[in-house]
Amino acid sequence: MSRGAWLVSRLLQMVPTFLLIGLAVFVLARLLPGNAVMALLGDRGSDEAVARLTRQLGLDQSIGMQLLAFLESVLRGQFGTSLAFRIPVTRLIAERLPVTLMLTGMAIVIALALALPLAFVAALKVNRWPDLLIRGVFQVGLSSPIFYVGLVLLTVFAAWLRIFPVGGYGDTFAEHIYHLFLPAVTLAFSLSAIVMRNLRASILSVIRAEYVDFARAKGLRSRVVLLRHVLRNALIATVTLVGLHIGSLLGGAVITETVFAVPGVGRLMVDSIFARDYPVIQALTLVLAVLVSLAFLVTDLVQMWLDPRVGR
Amino acid sequence: MNTPLLQVQDLRVTFTTGRGAVHAVDGVTFDVGAGEVLGLVGESGSGKSVTLRAIPRLLHDNAAVSGRVLWHGQDLLTIPDERLRAIRGGQVAMVFQEPMSALNPVLPIGMQIDEVLVAHTDMDRAARRRRAIELLGLVGIASAATRLDQYPHEFSGGMRQRAMIAISLAAQPALLLADEPTTALDVTIQDQILTLLLQLVSELGMAMVLVTHDLGVVAETCDRVAVMYAGRLCETGPVELVFNRPRHAYTDALLRSMPGDGAAGAMLTPIPGQPPRIDSPVPGCAFAPRCSYAEPRCTTERPVLTAYAPGHDSACYAATRLPARVEEGAA
Amino acid sequence: MRAVLARIASRPLPAPLLGGLALLAVMVAFTVSPGTFAPYDPLAFDYNALLSPPSAAHLFGTDQFGRDILSRTIAAAAVDLQIALFATIFPGLLGSLIGLFVGWYGGVADAVFGRLVDLVVTFPFLVLVIAIVAILGPGLANMYIAVTAVGWVFYARLMRGEVLVQKSGEYVAAARVLGYSTPRIIFRHILPNAVRPVLVYAVTDMALAILLGSSLGYLGLGAQPPTAEWGVLIADGKNFFTTAPWIVLFPGAAIVLAGLGFSLTGDGLADLLEVRR
Repeated sequence: MSRGAWLVSRLLQMVPTFLLIGLAVFVLARLLPGNAVMALLGDRGSDEAVARLTRQLGLDQSIGMQLLAFLESVLRGQFGTSLAFRIPVTRLIAERLPVTLMLTGMAIVIALALALPLAFVAALKVNRWPDLLIRGVFQVGLSSPIFYVGLVLLTVFAAWLRIFPVGGYGDTFAEHIYHLFLPAVTLAFSLSAIVMRNLRASILSVIRAEYVDFARAKGLRSRVVLLRHVLRNALIATVTLVGLHIGSLLGGAVITETVFAVPGVGRLMVDSIFARDYPVIQALTLVLAVLVSLAFLVTDLVQMWLDPRVGR
Repeated sequence: MNTPLLQVQDLRVTFTTGRGAVHAVDGVTFDVGAGEVLGLVGESGSGKSVTLRAIPRLLHDNAAVSGRVLWHGQDLLTIPDERLRAIRGGQVAMVFQEPMSALNPVLPIGMQIDEVLVAHTDMDRAARRRRAIELLGLVGIASAATRLDQYPHEFSGGMRQRAMIAISLAAQPALLLADEPTTALDVTIQDQILTLLLQLVSELGMAMVLVTHDLGVVAETCDRVAVMYAGRLCETGPVELVFNRPRHAYTDALLRSMPGDGAAGAMLTPIPGQPPRIDSPVPGCAFAPRCSYAEPRCTTERPVLTAYAPGHDSACYAATRLPARVEEGAA
Repeated sequence: MRAVLARIASRPLPAPLLGGLALLAVMVAFTVSPGTFAPYDPLAFDYNALLSPPSAAHLFGTDQFGRDILSRTIAAAAVDLQIALFATIFPGLLGSLIGLFVGWYGGVADAVFGRLVDLVVTFPFLVLVIAIVAILGPGLANMYIAVTAVGWVFYARLMRGEVLVQKSGEYVAAARVLGYSTPRIIFRHILPNAVRPVLVYAVTDMALAILLGSSLGYLGLGAQPPTAEWGVLIADGKNFFTTAPWIVLFPGAAIVLAGLGFSLTGDGLADLLEVRR
């Protein structure tokens, strides 16, 4: 199979994935115990109000029609109106999503910036004190809940030292980065621990590979051997790992945004749950799942770029 | 006699493992002259590959290496990394056994040649590309220009080994260290690669140390041979002399177990027993337990290398009792 | 299996495993008998010692109602231990059974299962759990339902893989030739070998369960006040964090130590039982 064909088939795979995600969210929404309308209106709803909302939500139709209507509106990017904000859900999410994307993007950059060099140090000093120290610190990092790390960073660097703002998002791009820095560090914490652990292990296995010995036998500088021959091969496994953790990163964003009052979709999710804003919850669950499947796609593309054997 | 190109003196390699120290190479000494092809022979586990890798200091941290490896009078085991780097790949190049694992799977072949040229020459990009194409042509890879951008998995086994040889030759080394370069290949390809190596060695005036377990290959290709057993050097000398008049009981046994060695009608005799474990020191001759010529002192006293002819040394108490395989003067 | 056990018995326990087990032992002791260790009633107000910093009287300080933080942290151990166990045992049992089934029978069930796994991993775990809790309503019981509804997939995937490995083993073919019944093969031969990696995974998963449970508690979706749970304690104290950080710091440290206890134990068991991950 040629690379082009592989790419096309990989892209075509996204279609059933998206359909299944839609179906799953639809099913999830219908699992509401009792009547969704009653859940929304509580006991206060008059009979007309109930009838109106039932029609509005399309709940008077057959389940098949409801599914079709749902998928159609999703395709048109329509998720109804937020019950809490009284604006279209699509607009609400469109406003908030860039914040979350920037937060997770920064978190990935920070996590890699921390994990890459430290994994190298740990692997090159394997089982000596730098390795033990790095692994020990990251082991603690892995056991620290995001909200706790966030609260500690917030108090120390924002409230006490006043180096960073307490929360919010700012107005300009530079302000965004400034405001999102502490949240991004918080979110990066566990990812960097996972990446460090995995990269250290793959460096340790790659460094014993014959092609690394051959590279040394060629008389290359150790920097070239480490970066071109060791790191590049070790990163192939790590890229997959980062891709697989995009989901937990987005989950972590829910908590991080709550702690730091960041106006992203994660905080919106929590707020919507307490406001019983079901259209928003439904749309967000769907959007986040689509994001994850897009992240899987990007992972595969990076993988293809790093490893010439993929797709051939 | 000229000073040899490479002198390996009393080389010892000890691996530290979970179960204690393993003496993989135990006091090995040999020379390689300019333009000479030396066959380093032994069963698997005899320490021949470890010896080869110890020469350009390629062994990992778990190996303790002692002795001297003299290259133009400087000891490769002790010179600073920077000077070693210039010699590795530049003057002393290596061909590995398994091209699939020795070539980096994620880099194009062209780049794997190019980086040697970057490290050891002053050529500009265009000159390096011309040289890379020339090298692939030299080792018999057709349509070299398109091959440069391909990856190892797009090459066949034999082509991969040719590519590795091209990489090793890139900086015109004076010595090629070849670690069983044909073992991993199809039988039909083995001969081609061996012929290619020999032809290149003589055309380019290189010396070569060829590690192999195949005495037939040694007979065909080498000027001199060094036989190893259990990390020790048994015998070294000109190929003809060693094959016709072995001076070590192990060499003798090895020759008898080799099919089609020319001694028509002779029975093949397998060597009884197993090579010894080398994780505990053997007091006498390591081959003694399997040796049909062994005498009592063989198990207690270690024989030292003794000259039996110019350039023909052996460490065996039975050296003079061994039968000549071809009567001197008869052939 | 017996050979593995013999090898284990001959080896000293590694230090990280011992450390992990020690931390877990403390947690169990706090759960079994909180009164023995807690100096005060965790719910008793003391208006003479509001927001008092750590002192001889209150080692971990007090909160805005004068409640003793040390006592509250100890009292909360029981709930978090329960979370660690329930949030892994329920999905673990359900997932293992399903994995055993699809692994053994394969076919359509296995194909459907494969699609289901692909689908579930595209949803962020936490988001899916939160969405389900949102539908069912906050609380520990609903949290367990949500975690089980999502988390079984990971156990099933693991168990399925192990069953496939064991199924192709020589001894299963031998057992079939000998005419052993299917249940006998599954429960006597497949399960005992396949269960090791699942157990190790479960112990490591308990660390994640504590993080998840306390996070939901913090968000107000898990354990509900006045239930003492470490995440809930932290949520209670977060508004006083800048002035009275001890309210948050100590329960948080308890989460970290409990998480360490489970993850060190899990890693140690993986080494000990020779489970490759």
